Amino acid sequence: MTTSAAASGRWRLRQPSVIPGFGLTLGFSLAYLTLIILIPLAGLVWRSASLTGAEFLAILSDERTIKALEVSFGTAFVAALINVVFGVLVAWVIVRYEFPGRRIVDAIVDLPFALPTAVAGIALAALYAPNGWVGSILNVFGIKAAFNPTGIVIALIFIGLPFVVRTVQPIMEEIDREVEEAAATLGANRFQTIRRVLLPGLAPAILTGFALAFARGVGEYGSVIFIAGNIPYVSEIAPLLIVIRLEEFSYGAATAIATIMLALSFTMLLVINLIQAWNRRRYGHGA
Amino acid sequence: MDVSVKNIRKEFDRYPALNDVSLDIRSGELIALLGPSGSGKTTLLRLIAGLETPTLGSIYFGAEDASHRTVQERHVGFVFQHYALFRHMTVADNIAFGLTVRPRGERPPKAEIQRRVSDLLEMVQLSGLEKRYPNQLSGGQRQRVALARAMAIEPKVLLLDEPFGALDAKVRKELRRWLREFHDRTGHTTVFVTHDQEEALELADRVVVMSQGKIEQVGSSDDVYDRPNSPFVFSFIGDSASLPVSISDGAVRFQNEPIGIAPHGGDIASGDGTLFFRPQDVVLVADPAAPALEGRVSTSRRLAGTRIADIDIGTPGDPHHVEIEVPLDAQASTGTMLRFRPTRWKTFAA
Repeated sequence: MTTSAAASGRWRLRQPSVIPGFGLTLGFSLAYLTLIILIPLAGLVWRSASLTGAEFLAILSDERTIKALEVSFGTAFVAALINVVFGVLVAWVIVRYEFPGRRIVDAIVDLPFALPTAVAGIALAALYAPNGWVGSILNVFGIKAAFNPTGIVIALIFIGLPFVVRTVQPIMEEIDREVEEAAATLGANRFQTIRRVLLPGLAPAILTGFALAFARGVGEYGSVIFIAGNIPYVSEIAPLLIVIRLEEFSYGAATAIATIMLALSFTMLLVINLIQAWNRRRYGHGA
Repeated sequence: MDVSVKNIRKEFDRYPALNDVSLDIRSGELIALLGPSGSGKTTLLRLIAGLETPTLGSIYFGAEDASHRTVQERHVGFVFQHYALFRHMTVADNIAFGLTVRPRGERPPKAEIQRRVSDLLEMVQLSGLEKRYPNQLSGGQRQRVALARAMAIEPKVLLLDEPFGALDAKVRKELRRWLREFHDRTGHTTVFVTHDQEEALELADRVVVMSQGKIEQVGSSDDVYDRPNSPFVFSFIGDSASLPVSISDGAVRFQNEPIGIAPHGGDIASGDGTLFFRPQDVVLVADPAAPALEGRVSTSRRLAGTRIADIDIGTPGDPHHVEIEVPLDAQASTGTMLRFRPTRWKTFAA
């Protein structure tokens, strides 16, 4: 009796289960993840380890590196925030309303997934350049929307939108109408219902969408370089700096920047995942 | 608060879900809307709440026409079949919701809200669960939280949509008794929807029997059970047997043979009709010369204190089937011929 109680109290890798194949699938998953993700990343870290600590620090504390990282993470963050607002709005319209062309709008959302990023970059640059269709109008109001960080944000908004829409949409579809009706019978107006009842329910999905859009934005290269202007210290993104270093044959510097990007991205995604897990536990799921 | 439903018609895609329905609900009454699926009972409840707008007709709360009031303005407590609790809020926050969404001027102070919440929790016997989330509660507990949440806004009318539909039989019985006590204590005008006639008959002051978008009968449990006013109500409430009959010269005939009873209670004095009676309202007729129904027992089974016999009746060309209760000491094994006659019955025009 006491031994079984002690055993059940302890964390165990294998729970007795009717679903077979735990060992096999876990083994395969780990092998696959190692092959596809971990080995290349380890190679990256290995390569950057060929630098001495002092060299590594010198590259990191280089003004240009720091600025490039700032630009990359800063623009990705702003773009992800904007995508959260408008992505949720787009998802809402697609889920909630029946209108002619709804399927087409639904399909358009996926276009940034499918389009080669360079094509997107060239198109955006042509549009937003001071002599482009949109750029010339914005120019009248004194807004420069290309060849500066604003341009980068525009490109990243384009690239990141489907991530938010596609993560929020299925959760939104599952919202129980009765919950909204309950809020209404209790006297809540539409705004209160959305703010206090619907959005908190969507928060985990929105956060995931944000994380995906952000991660994608940090790593984006193809579309950004056409519209960014790529001015060092101003609108040069970290991935571009890596490419520049590679072209200079300083592989150590390139991998050092890559390594720090990797560390920063991983930390942020981990934090977001922890928030999600905490959220789920709080509401009594899987407790 | 009296509630009057006046000549309501509700169409969904031009298909009428309710057709010219009128109903007066008296203040403090506990009323059940009873009917099979698709009878329009939930639609009627949602119309009263303002969750649907009527195609025609109006709804009065007291003397005031509430037809064009929004859900928010109607101030009703609505309890949903699947609770519709806010999953991301604690039990206390769920219950307080109706108070915290009030405009700043009408909103009670925090301490007052807290006091009201703990009063309500005590009333629904869930004290101590303030900090739990809905996912951590059982079905019965969730339903009581939903009720407390609806009561928090001090509604004029309490509306419950199949409140016990998703619960298991035992919890259901408990909650049913508990709701009756709760109603007697608080005295709210309460309307609940159910398809469970036992629940309706046991719980309600008056039962509204609905079918196909119409009200068939409104009355006490005794009224609808003992004095059903239509073939639908007779066959829907409780067990019943029905036979096609013809009526002439003040006698009810089955396949042209008089069966020893006069037309009664229905809307027909002569011509073709349908005879309804309940299985327990029959008497066996020993005298082979006396007019009666006659049939062969196909099966019989013991049911608690009585015996139920399935009887094949009528000619081979026009066979019918009825279930009756026979005394335990009567000879009623399979194949026996039995002669019997209803003691209480109703005849309706066919």
